[in-house]
Amino acid sequence: MKRALLGFVVGMTVCLSLTWFAGENPFHVLSVLFKSAFGSWDDLALTLFYTTSLIFTGLSVSIAFHAGLFNIGAEGQLNIATVVTTGVGLFFTFWFPPTHVAVALIYSVASVLAGLLAGGFWGFLPGYFKVKRDAHEVILTMMLNFVAAGLAASFVTNNQNPNSQNPESSPVSPLMSWQPWDPLHKLAPDTPFNISFLFAVAAALILGVLLYKSRWGFEIRSTGLNEEAAQMNSIPAPKVKILAMCLAGLFAGGVALNEIFGAHMKYRLGFSPEYGFIGIAVALLARNHPWAILLSAFLFGALQKGAGDLDLETNAITRDFAKVMQAILILSVSSFSLWKGKKK
Amino acid sequence: MKNKIGPLPRPIIFLNTVLLVAFSLPAFAFKVGLVLDKGGKDDKSFNSAAYQGALKAQKELGIELKYVEATDNNLLENMHRSFAKKDFDLIIGVGFAQADAVKKVAAQDLSEKFAIVDGEINAPNVKSLMFEEHEGSFVVGVLAAMASKTGSVGFIGGMDIPLIRRFEMGYRAGVLHQNPKAKIVTNYIGITGEAWNNPAKAKELALSQFNQGADVIFVAAGASGSGVFDATEEKKKLAIGVDSNQNWMKPGFILTSMLKRVDVAVYDTIKAAKEGKFTGGVERFGLKSTGIDYALDEHNQKLITPEMKKRAEEIKSQIITGKIKVPDFYKTKK
Repeated sequence: MKRALLGFVVGMTVCLSLTWFAGENPFHVLSVLFKSAFGSWDDLALTLFYTTSLIFTGLSVSIAFHAGLFNIGAEGQLNIATVVTTGVGLFFTFWFPPTHVAVALIYSVASVLAGLLAGGFWGFLPGYFKVKRDAHEVILTMMLNFVAAGLAASFVTNNQNPNSQNPESSPVSPLMSWQPWDPLHKLAPDTPFNISFLFAVAAALILGVLLYKSRWGFEIRSTGLNEEAAQMNSIPAPKVKILAMCLAGLFAGGVALNEIFGAHMKYRLGFSPEYGFIGIAVALLARNHPWAILLSAFLFGALQKGAGDLDLETNAITRDFAKVMQAILILSVSSFSLWKGKKK
Repeated sequence: MKNKIGPLPRPIIFLNTVLLVAFSLPAFAFKVGLVLDKGGKDDKSFNSAAYQGALKAQKELGIELKYVEATDNNLLENMHRSFAKKDFDLIIGVGFAQADAVKKVAAQDLSEKFAIVDGEINAPNVKSLMFEEHEGSFVVGVLAAMASKTGSVGFIGGMDIPLIRRFEMGYRAGVLHQNPKAKIVTNYIGITGEAWNNPAKAKELALSQFNQGADVIFVAAGASGSGVFDATEEKKKLAIGVDSNQNWMKPGFILTSMLKRVDVAVYDTIKAAKEGKFTGGVERFGLKSTGIDYALDEHNQKLITPEMKKRAEEIKSQIITGKIKVPDFYKTKK
């Protein structure tokens, strides 16, 4: 932990020196980034909105890592989950229009569950083929990302919102929105921040306990550490791997909560600024510990939001600089925390 | 004992006034915030045009210009709000994707002035800059029909959205107006934002349209257009550019370009706002205000015969006077 912190400080120093070469005052850049995350309620809330999705994808990537698998497919899994959530929501909206808030709530929960299952299924596919056919999960998940993107595009074409030129689906019934009773959304009504944040935090906390304190978590981790040894000790490694990928998809699907019923109520093509891929960085930075993911997701959320603010507040720095910062931070933190020191 | 604290001595008041004036002077510069779409200022098409207009205003009117490029659509609203909080005098959103964000922020801060390109918002503090793309498409449609030897022409749209359907409908009407027997082949590149930036697929579509007998293709597809121009040069056919004057990109193979003068609209809006003449509401740029036009320059003067030019001018004036009614996709739909 100390090392990770040291790595963070060093990485940050390198980043800020870079801004100095670009002709900006590093302290000004730092203060912009700081204000971008904490400047006001609205700023913090928007950062937390990104954080929510990144927690979900970070958890998704990390649980696969724990089982020794590399899940590059979080982007596709969250896309499928969001499409299915919207699709089921639209199905209810058109065929059984909710008349009462309670009914609408049940509908929305059912839609979310369907979405999560779909995400889980999208994780199951590569897990299954990995175990049964020894297909590489990196290739599979990457390919499934494209399949998911294609399905999402066709979904939007067939359900285009007639009142908008943007490529987005029709909105689900406003009754199904969580916003009217959402205490978190009331704190910052101008932002898409919503109660899903609490779900994400809870998911991370629970996963942390399960991974390190339960038998089930032990099975996953031992499979990841040494599959053969695990199998010798009668842990069904293939099953565990499939299960881990299912869970990975399920967690990635959590983004649907944040996007649909928490905030926008419709599927917008390209809504995700690559949450799935930033999730890999989030998991790497947290070294796959679910609790640390809370922090690293917040950091990446702040950088994601800070990208726009840096563009706005400085003259020389553009939105792309946030990507440079992300890369430098991952490099420095992981190299510092993996440093073994001199052998004695 | 009384009146120990009298009015401030005059020099201090004077000093205060001087300081006040000195400090408030720099703030007099008219500040314009420009929010560009994901494409960014270098997309050589729509965003570039808006940026050029604002840049011209910066040079000629001495305004203070600050532009940002959206990283993702969740941030659009935040960007408009940041500009509003900083008391920018005019905030311009470029592209229909920003309509929701501008609508929301403008409703919250009525003292702030906004403008949006390609989005229609009815609010007293928002100026919507709309273009009558169908009118210009009609004119280039007439030119395409005249230039075509096979009696068959093509249309390639970028993303399949109502805006581009509007181009197509106007073009189709123009072609048929000139040659009622003409055949028109239509293709769209895609249904996502990626369609604006896929020259490879655009080229394929163009080649297939040429194979089907078309010999003039109107392309309304942003940065994908260059693929069509490549195909045109390869097959020695003709293409029609869009938005900016693209005649220079392949001289001799680009019949003309339908101009959508986003730069002029942006510049004029900034100028009006600076002079205190800002008005909300929808402003439509069409053939009449030359916000929409077709391009004629040294690169295509050999392609446009005097007869064609005469005909195009005739059609233009007939549309302006209302003698020709160009079908508008927006109106047929609702």
